[in-house]
Amino acid sequence: MKKTLGLASVVVACASLASAEAVAPTDVTYEEGAVTTSLSGTPGNPENGAKLMDKGVGNCIACHEVSALSHLAFQGNVGPSLDGAADRWSEAELRGLVANAKMTFEGTMMPSFYRTEGFIRPGNGYTGKPVEGDVQPLLSAQDVEDVVSFLMTLKD
Amino acid sequence: MAQPILSQKTSPSAERRASREESVIKLASKSASYIALAAATVLAGAAMADPDEDQLVINGEIEIVTETKAPAHVENFDTIYSGWRFRSDETQAFEIDDFDNPGMLGVEAALDVWATAEGSEGKSCADCHGEPDEMAGARAVYPKWNEEAGEVRTLEMQVNDCRETRMGAEAWKYNARGMTDMVALLSSVSRGMPMNVAIDGPAQSTWEKGKEIYYTRYGQLELSCANCHEDNYGNMIRADHLSQGQTNGFPTYRLKNTKLNSVHDRFKGCIRDTRAHTYAPGSPEFVALELYVASRGNGLSVEGPSVRN
Ligand code: HEC
Ligand code: HEC
Repeated sequence: MKKTLGLASVVVACASLASAEAVAPTDVTYEEGAVTTSLSGTPGNPENGAKLMDKGVGNCIACHEVSALSHLAFQGNVGPSLDGAADRWSEAELRGLVANAKMTFEGTMMPSFYRTEGFIRPGNGYTGKPVEGDVQPLLSAQDVEDVVSFLMTLKD
Repeated sequence: MAQPILSQKTSPSAERRASREESVIKLASKSASYIALAAATVLAGAAMADPDEDQLVINGEIEIVTETKAPAHVENFDTIYSGWRFRSDETQAFEIDDFDNPGMLGVEAALDVWATAEGSEGKSCADCHGEPDEMAGARAVYPKWNEEAGEVRTLEMQVNDCRETRMGAEAWKYNARGMTDMVALLSSVSRGMPMNVAIDGPAQSTWEKGKEIYYTRYGQLELSCANCHEDNYGNMIRADHLSQGQTNGFPTYRLKNTKLNSVHDRFKGCIRDTRAHTYAPGSPEFVALELYVASRGNGLSVEGPSVRN
């Protein structure tokens, strides 16, 4: 009994350590658009990254075609195809692109997925109502790492 | 450091649009088999994206201009297109005959209301205006400056002004079903006439305000009307085929929510989709935006009630 409790508290300690390590959206350092350090401190999970490309706030394929995800219907073509993205960009550059593509492409239509400030009339999700409290980033630090790790698999 | 393969100046959409223009698949006319078309859609995928070549004639007699030269005040277009040209042949077909157009049910409902006396004055619309046909042309010039009121008014505002001041009846909610039905009736008698809203003189400052809203990147997704409808019309955003976002087809019967939708309903939906706090239907912001967007379609035929997905 005592042993189990001890384990549980170790897990809690780790979880809070991990979140303490996450770089806040307002503290991310961009060098010519690239972000060198991991946002979460935990390696990305490409399988979860692939899911985020499809669903929810990620929804990257709303604008991008990705052949590796060809089982997903209705891929958009507002942005370029992401095939071979890892041949064109380094991991740090991809992290910067996902976190805030406007640091790489000035004025781009691509949303900033790890930013919380500077919006005009931000809403509460898709309700059309004003946001309550602080704006949360579209993707969490770990989500960004997961998406980046998936993008790193896109080689021609 | 890898060079960005695309810069803002050579937008990916423009490039792809140019290459796709050569491979535009000319769709067969309305009599074409839908099965064959569905197969073509799957095979051609994104290649189907530009406005198609179909022509719209309603009831075999009302010719609808769905493509024309852009008015001079529209800075970034040479040609303007009705949203009808971006819909699938199946959706397009609903507009070819009024018997197939579910939006005409709203027009019929409004016909009854048109002739029904209401309010303290005991008057109907018909008592002042005669047959609905007498209103032909009105839809094409709204939103419009109203000298007495000293403001730009939409058709909805004008309808409510008649209800309140001439009929002594209660104003309708801006986007209530009865209101949208009435606007559909007024649109239906103007079909085929060119949209022609005035943007100069006293309307100009409202128009400028609408223009500013059109180019503002709202919400957490930071998207402006122009991002989707100017920079990317013809492209796909997930399953949606982006049109130029013209208002000549309003009210539109949407297959998605199976009802007639007002212009402001649509604006609200589009702004909401940017994860933004929207403006309200009937708000001064949406009135200004409607004037500006309508002016971008000057020259296209009034087409409402249209059918969209
Ligand atoms: C609303 C549209 C939109 C969404 C959503 C979007 N992007 Fe983009 N993206 C673009 C555009 C447009 C560009 C091209 C940059 C430019 O020129 O503006 C781009 C560029 C990129 C690039 C560099 C392109 C290359 O291969 O050289 C990457 C990588 C990328 N996006 C990844 C993503 C990921 C991952 C997501 C989701 C988490 C995403 N995008 C969501 C529009 C979008
Ligand atoms: C995130 C992308 C996006 C943004 C931003 C956006 N729209 Fe839309 N809009 C759409 C889609 C998708 C449709 C449905 C397909 C079509 O007609 O383009 C649509 C449809 C419309 C239509 C109906 C066109 C028709 O023929 O039925 C109008 C009008 C319109 N939008 C106006 C606007 C205005 C004004 C704004 C800015 C306040 C705006 N949109 C912002 C995506 C967008």
